[in-house]
Amino acid sequence: MENAFGQPQNVIVLGGSSDIARAITKKLCTARTHTVVLAGRNQQLLDESAKEAQEYGATKTDTLLFQAEEVAKAGEVVTAAFDKVGENVDLVIIAVGMLCNQREIENDPLGSARMANVNYTWPVAALGEIRRRLVAQGSGRILVISSVASVRVYRDAYLYSGAKAGLDRLCQGVAESLKGTGVTLQLLRPGFVRSKMTTGQKEAPFTTGVNEVAENTMRGLASGDLVIWSPPILKYVAVAMRLMPNQVWHKLMKR
Amino acid sequence: MSKETLYGWGRTSPSVSDVVSPATELEVIKDMSTAKRYIARGLGRSYGDAAQLGGGTVIDNRDLDGVGVISNDGVVTVGAGTSIDELLSFSIPQGWFVPVTPGTRQVTLGGAVAADVHGKNHHVDGSFGNHVLEMRLVTPKGAVTISPNNDAELFWATIGGMGLTGVITTVTVKMLKIESSQVLVDTERFANLDAVMAAMQSGDDAYKYSVAWVDCMSKGSSMGRAILTRGDHAAKDDSTKRLEGPKPAKLFVPFNAPSGLLNTFTIKAFNELWFRAAPKKKVGQPQSLSAFFHPLDGVRDWNRLYGKRGFVQYQFAVPESAGETVTKAIERLSSSGVPSFLAVLKRFGASNEGMLSFPMPGWTLALDLPVGPSALPQVLDDLDEMVLGAGGRIYFAKDARLSHEKVRAMYPRLDEFLNVKNRVDPEGRLISDLSRRLHIGR
Repeated sequence: MENAFGQPQNVIVLGGSSDIARAITKKLCTARTHTVVLAGRNQQLLDESAKEAQEYGATKTDTLLFQAEEVAKAGEVVTAAFDKVGENVDLVIIAVGMLCNQREIENDPLGSARMANVNYTWPVAALGEIRRRLVAQGSGRILVISSVASVRVYRDAYLYSGAKAGLDRLCQGVAESLKGTGVTLQLLRPGFVRSKMTTGQKEAPFTTGVNEVAENTMRGLASGDLVIWSPPILKYVAVAMRLMPNQVWHKLMKR
Repeated sequence: MSKETLYGWGRTSPSVSDVVSPATELEVIKDMSTAKRYIARGLGRSYGDAAQLGGGTVIDNRDLDGVGVISNDGVVTVGAGTSIDELLSFSIPQGWFVPVTPGTRQVTLGGAVAADVHGKNHHVDGSFGNHVLEMRLVTPKGAVTISPNNDAELFWATIGGMGLTGVITTVTVKMLKIESSQVLVDTERFANLDAVMAAMQSGDDAYKYSVAWVDCMSKGSSMGRAILTRGDHAAKDDSTKRLEGPKPAKLFVPFNAPSGLLNTFTIKAFNELWFRAAPKKKVGQPQSLSAFFHPLDGVRDWNRLYGKRGFVQYQFAVPESAGETVTKAIERLSSSGVPSFLAVLKRFGASNEGMLSFPMPGWTLALDLPVGPSALPQVLDDLDEMVLGAGGRIYFAKDARLSHEKVRAMYPRLDEFLNVKNRVDPEGRLISDLSRRLHIGR
């Protein structure tokens, strides 16, 4: 069960080998988490994450392989993860996502569809099964890792930011639909984060490390706020991002 | 049956359950036979998740109410869903008071037994369970009458057992004879914690009731400054008002205050005002039973003041010899800057035989802490270590955040309790969000 500070005991991480997910998992295990099921596409990385979770206090860990391109199997993955936990799940983290060099794939139908599937369609499909199971439990929390890029789509990464924008807005609807069920959904909107996913990319203003994101996530889980910003100042930056005239926005985002 | 979002008085960790409201013992049995997993709930005054069960069935005991005839020697059988408030409305005009009352009248008798509540007279009279003569308990195996002489094992597992042995339907309790509805109170202000603790150790035995309010936000030489109030029931001659039952609250908090209204600044200011408003020393001041025992009942829904994030109450007990743990705990809180309202400090007397009963001879400190400050979870984890190191424990009825790893060490009779629970509930149907979180009975 989750405690009064939003610290869960049993956690599923979908996309469990991402750097942000690993940093959050470590923080959770330091607090109250003892059971962690990590699902992802790379067994070696998942094993490393599981070992790390144990070092930080988890007493039961398990892993699960899946490909986020296989949208039709999302429900099965969620079911298998819940079965591996074997009791009430307190928190499901959806940390599935991928970045790309957009110029390389923007004229490629399959590459574009892959970006949409991994960043949007698979998480949406998984949410359906997660929602059903948590509502039946009468309690639980979903944390969806969105991005500050979802606030406003931009030229150089419209495939990524567009998919994240779709997921982010859809999740706001899911969160509303969950009212009165005992289940809540929260969105984590980090800014640019130094991680293996962003290696080689130019850092943006308000760049943070994964540990800072994890710290802000822990505070956000305790607060129960729908949107968790990391760093928190992005909440205000996002207002400016939304209000900026189109021309200025795209000029600013040109790299 | 209805689906309801339930949480404790601290308004944290909600979950949704099916709620049934049986009015008779037979209806309780029927509800238990159709539900898979269940827990009883009274007026929801446990601070954490003790009386809720996400995805399960919550048996609301409020319709299991009623008060029997009070015998000449003060014995009365009460429906477990009857509140102390309702019982007092009936009993005070007849000259009887509850033998033990917590800081609110808004708890049911079933809840009072399940949490084995204590009051300002614990150092003299023990906790609520000490005064229970008999109970009817519906277990998954059927309804039984239990008492210290009839299945004492199950009786003492149920006293303080957090509802995990069954649904209590009636409680027979021995009431306290009173001659007036007033208490004569001695109040004294103390400049620091050492002074008030010394005064309590040397003088508490002369009073039936004693409690201190401690300011945990003051620092330096005034760290732990306190107001000590002690009293006894007024005799007929001492009082003009006689035998008046409690009155309903006139004030209420209509909606959730913004989270953060109660912050370091506002709480410091409140604590300061409270301290200054108390007399330096006053002897024999008559106070109504409500004002003395249940001051917070004067404002309905006061927990909304903490906003949507809610609050936690942290209450620990440590042995008499570990008085310095109280000092260290207040030092830790005071230095962390975590805001906390006036804490309640009390000396406990002897424990009873309740296997999971909280009180132990020594000291208990209870603190109200708004959820929000990022340092708070760690501060409380540190306090847990201190308490455990001193041989103490945390009160389940208040808890919303303890680590399950510490439960066994804090409650050494846990296995004994689980053996009894297993006897009456072999399939583990009686569970709560609290029991799941603390791994009691899994």
